Amino acid sequence: MHVTAPGHAAPLETSTGLDHRKLLMWAFLGSDCLFFGSLIATYLLYRGKSITGPYPHEVFNIPYTSVSAFVLLTSSLTMVLALAAIQRGDQRGLKAWLLATALLGGVFLGGQYFEFTTFIREGLTLRANLFGSTFFTLTGFHGAHVTVGVIILLSLFVTALRGRLPRERHLNVELAGLYWHFVDVVWIVIFTVVYLVEAPNIVGAG
Amino acid sequence: MSSARPRERAHPTPARYTAVALVLAVVTIVEVTAVYQAFLADILLPILLVLSATKFALVAMFYMHLRFDHRLFSALFVGGLLLTAGILIALLALFRVIVQ
Repeated sequence: MHVTAPGHAAPLETSTGLDHRKLLMWAFLGSDCLFFGSLIATYLLYRGKSITGPYPHEVFNIPYTSVSAFVLLTSSLTMVLALAAIQRGDQRGLKAWLLATALLGGVFLGGQYFEFTTFIREGLTLRANLFGSTFFTLTGFHGAHVTVGVIILLSLFVTALRGRLPRERHLNVELAGLYWHFVDVVWIVIFTVVYLVEAPNIVGAG
Repeated sequence: MSSARPRERAHPTPARYTAVALVLAVVTIVEVTAVYQAFLADILLPILLVLSATKFALVAMFYMHLRFDHRLFSALFVGGLLLTAGILIALLALFRVIVQ
């Protein structure tokens, strides 16, 4: 007889006893760490090497980006609440939290669009200097990941609206959640190593 | 064959998820406040790195359920993270960013 902890799927007849889809998602997330790690390393290698402006401390708006970071963190909470809702069979809660997560993701993307266009108006483009090239590449790829996440969330929301996301299929929401939380933890790192380290005190100290 | 899969525990409750969110919010506020404190200038970088790592760990452990799920999932993710850290340190050392 199988005993399953609450929140976990019943053991499957696989060599590990684990769901292959979840295993695959974790393998993907592990490899995506390397992708973002390479982009972050490139940003750090060229940090302070631009010979023309605009420079980071001239364009960054820490309070504004802090609000964006807070929005993305909040979306992680709504995401796990969506998972908890489907696991207890609360379809109404599932739809509400999925939609809230997608909306918060949309707000983050809107904020990033506003930030990018502001920077471009101030002369910072992909070609302007090393800072522009590495900054837009890193944050642009993160934004692309968020966009994919929003599309996944909206597709799950529509599926739930049509009544095709019953409690038994909670793994679909869990997998989307893993991806979404990964996007969140990547932003936690970017927020620190790209934005906060350019704060006046650190720049002044260096 | 044995019954339950090893080392799997029940996922947290919504109340616990919300408590983690509050901690994350407080840590973020501390981070942002710290960068404007002149007296912290000399130790700001390590403080920010520790706070960032704390937030990362909280999300991975509680929201991604690594604290409650099978260890194989943790191994896949932490393995990727360790490889990433190794590559990052090697590149920064190679380009003399962290080693003169």
